[in-house]
Amino acid sequence: MPKGEVAERQFVRFSRLQRILHICMIVSFITLALTGLTLKFSYTKWAALLSHLLGGFENAGYIHRSAAVVMFGVFITHLADLYKLKKREHSSWFAMIFGPGSMVPDRRDLAELVATLKWFVGQGKRPAYGRWTYWEKFDYFAVFWGIAVIGSTGLTLWFPVFFTRFIPGSFLNVATIIHSDEALLATGFIFTVHFFNTHLRPEKFPMDITVFTGRMALEELKRDKPREYEALVASGKLEEKMEEAYPAIVTRTIRAFAWVALAVGFSIVLWIVYAVLFAYR
Amino acid sequence: MAETKVVRRPSRAGLSIVVATLLSAVFSLLLLERPARAADQPGAECLACHGDKTTTTTRAGKTVSLYVDGKKFATSVHASFGCTGCHADLEGKDFPHEKPARVNCGTCHATEQEQHNRSLHGKAIARGDTLAPRCVNCHGNHDIVPVKDARSAVAPLKVPFVCGQCHREGTTVSRNRPIPQDNILENYSESIHGEALLKKGLSVAPNCATCHTAHLILPHTDPASSINRRNIAATCTKCHSQIEVVHRKTIRGELWEKQANVLPACPDCHQPHKIRNVFYAQGMADADCMRCHADEKLRRARDGQSMYVNLSEVNHSRHSEEPGRLRNVACSQCHSEVNASHVRPCETITHKVDCTACHDEIGKLYAASIHGQLNGKNDPNAPTCKECHGTHGILGKLDPQSRTFATHVPELCARCHREGQKAAVRYTGLQHEIIGNYTESIHGTLLKNGLTVTATCTSCHTAHQILPRTDPASSVNANNVPTTCGKCHHGIEQQFENSIHSKRVSGFSKPLPVCNDCHTAHAIHRTDENSFRLNVMATCGRCHEQIAKTYFETYHGKVSRLGYTKAAKCYDCHGAHDILAVADPRSHLSRANVAATCGKCHAGATRRFAGYLTHATHHDPRKYPFLFYTFWGMTTLLLVTFVVGGLHTLLWLPRAFQMRRELRAAEAEAVAALEAAASKESPDA
Repeated sequence: MPKGEVAERQFVRFSRLQRILHICMIVSFITLALTGLTLKFSYTKWAALLSHLLGGFENAGYIHRSAAVVMFGVFITHLADLYKLKKREHSSWFAMIFGPGSMVPDRRDLAELVATLKWFVGQGKRPAYGRWTYWEKFDYFAVFWGIAVIGSTGLTLWFPVFFTRFIPGSFLNVATIIHSDEALLATGFIFTVHFFNTHLRPEKFPMDITVFTGRMALEELKRDKPREYEALVASGKLEEKMEEAYPAIVTRTIRAFAWVALAVGFSIVLWIVYAVLFAYR
Repeated sequence: MAETKVVRRPSRAGLSIVVATLLSAVFSLLLLERPARAADQPGAECLACHGDKTTTTTRAGKTVSLYVDGKKFATSVHASFGCTGCHADLEGKDFPHEKPARVNCGTCHATEQEQHNRSLHGKAIARGDTLAPRCVNCHGNHDIVPVKDARSAVAPLKVPFVCGQCHREGTTVSRNRPIPQDNILENYSESIHGEALLKKGLSVAPNCATCHTAHLILPHTDPASSINRRNIAATCTKCHSQIEVVHRKTIRGELWEKQANVLPACPDCHQPHKIRNVFYAQGMADADCMRCHADEKLRRARDGQSMYVNLSEVNHSRHSEEPGRLRNVACSQCHSEVNASHVRPCETITHKVDCTACHDEIGKLYAASIHGQLNGKNDPNAPTCKECHGTHGILGKLDPQSRTFATHVPELCARCHREGQKAAVRYTGLQHEIIGNYTESIHGTLLKNGLTVTATCTSCHTAHQILPRTDPASSVNANNVPTTCGKCHHGIEQQFENSIHSKRVSGFSKPLPVCNDCHTAHAIHRTDENSFRLNVMATCGRCHEQIAKTYFETYHGKVSRLGYTKAAKCYDCHGAHDILAVADPRSHLSRANVAATCGKCHAGATRRFAGYLTHATHHDPRKYPFLFYTFWGMTTLLLVTFVVGGLHTLLWLPRAFQMRRELRAAEAEAVAALEAAASKESPDA
């Protein structure tokens, strides 16, 4: 940015904590995927190589559990953040869950889904999405579901002696299948559908870094979330949400990190496809 | 008949005879009080002349006495036959008669006569050798008494002198006839036999005839001779029965008689005629051999092979003297068949050295072994004793310098069994790189470090009983392998013999694994090495195919496949050598023991924890319905999610591209508008 020129002011979509949590989640998620899939696809050469690179299976196990701890940390921090949000901005949990800006899907989301599908097939205009679209809400709760399912089975497998005081030993076998298949679902979904929906859409190609910077151009807000924009303008709170854009060096660094995450994610997808379709035994 | 004639004669013949007869009768009556015997005096008629010491005749110009001692004849064994009993041709002849024909003892003593005829003495007579002894030369003539009578010329005590008449130094016979031995009588009289007989009067001690026989005396070269190599043992053992017990315990006594060529014969050690009751250095002195064989340039004419013998090598060998042991083995004890009477005593050797003469038990083992079998077929590749043990410098296996010392054994066998060598080339089995594998094995490593009690080739294959694995008698036959390994690994063998893999326990007829099926034969490694731990599933999986496959579908198997050695392997749960059916209460996996088994790794493991299915698969709806339906439930969830998500994205794509185009167009428009505005403003500026 040339000196003296006033920096562009951008709309702030994500708080600093949310951005940090997302980065932590990326790191822990990719780590969990890599270390976990070596075990799931232990019959591929890739798995053996990766396990070796990670310092042997035992090391990979430590890394996997460390990353899991980070993931739990992210989850708990987010819940705490939600609690603070409720105290700060909402009178009650009910108000927060069913009020505007909530992540919980409502009737309008269903209507927008139908409208969107119509738009896809040329039977209407693009719906005027609000702060959270239905696919964003789906992704959000998919993480909740994933944490619940993968986290609980993962803990069971981490402490089998303790948990078999309450459940039969053969449930460990069941837990193994659920843990690994749900993980496969999570990685497969995140590295394809989520990547496309939120980062790789042609109109945003090569990537949308809003989730890292927390900021988006006002034009983009107007175009992507017209309903939110209008609501902000109407309430006169738009200016509160505007902040200076990050200098170019920050965005370049962020892009570099995002590229790495993307590359790893796609590699994992290729590996999964190879392991499931061509090397399955 | 003779007596009746004597009685009748006075009436017809002269008075003088009657007077003489009466006088002698009266004399006998008066002085000897034996009138009856006097009247029956045998040959009295003949003694009338021959009883006179002055009776002589002239033969070939020599005066020969014709005196016969009537008294001696009367006590002789032949007295009852009278004179004409032997001198049959004089029967009824008038006096003075002509020279009687030679007495034929064979008329009565047919066997002895026949033997004598066949003997070297008899043959010499037939040749006309005047020095050859006839019956009378040994037995005497008119005074022959039973052999047991001390007066007999051939009484045991006298035999040496009878024979010694000719067979001693200086006699015509010893000077003019080829007798192999010298100083015979002298040597004999100094020998233990001679001493017993002559000095101690032990009449059962052997005299000449005991060994040479009385009448069938033959040269030792004659196969029928009692002193031939083939027969000498039988001859000596007439008295020295069970002498082989007194000798080295390994000597095969019966060989002395059956296969005399492979053994040193008695006289090889105990010189004929000089026999002492101490061990002789040798019959043939080593020094005699070394006269020629000490020459380093000595070559065999036939093929130029060196015949040099390094005496110092021999002297430091197992067969030389050892402190506290009498082991001084002479050249001729191994190189038997030498003949000391030859200028080159070794020229009579016809067989190679046969170690089994002394090393009898080992020889039997060797002959049955594959090496021995090949040798029996004259296979040029077959190793014989010397191939492994060497020859003159042979050392005991406990001597660190020995070729058969534990640390040298693998290299010794490697000379033939290393890849590419003659034994390895003809071998058709599955074992390869035997030497290399052994050297890197736990046994080989320990041996390299000098641990001599570790297993070498011979520990498992035996030294002399080597047989192919397929032979039921082989030490490495599957049925014998546990015993073979158990020689050292006794505790493990005991465990194994009580395990399900033991035929005795399982009662299976099909082949069951033995030590080498899991540990390999030659490349045996420590079981705590990663390579062993990680390969054991494949090893067990050779038989337990399905169970090994499903193992790899569960946690332990997956991490093992990634090279994690700590995860439980087959034997960590099932046990290694003490493996038993899970249903067996003694099994590590029985209801009572399974929690403790899991607890080895999973501290605090309970029976319920042990309910984890270590060989589960989600492909078997009957055996593991839980897993099967969980798997397919999850897979369905996966597929639905991906299909919905994927469709949503695919449908979105066209619109997304459309939006991208519109955006670019709008941007371009905005830029153009901006530029237009700029160009409008610029003239004002």
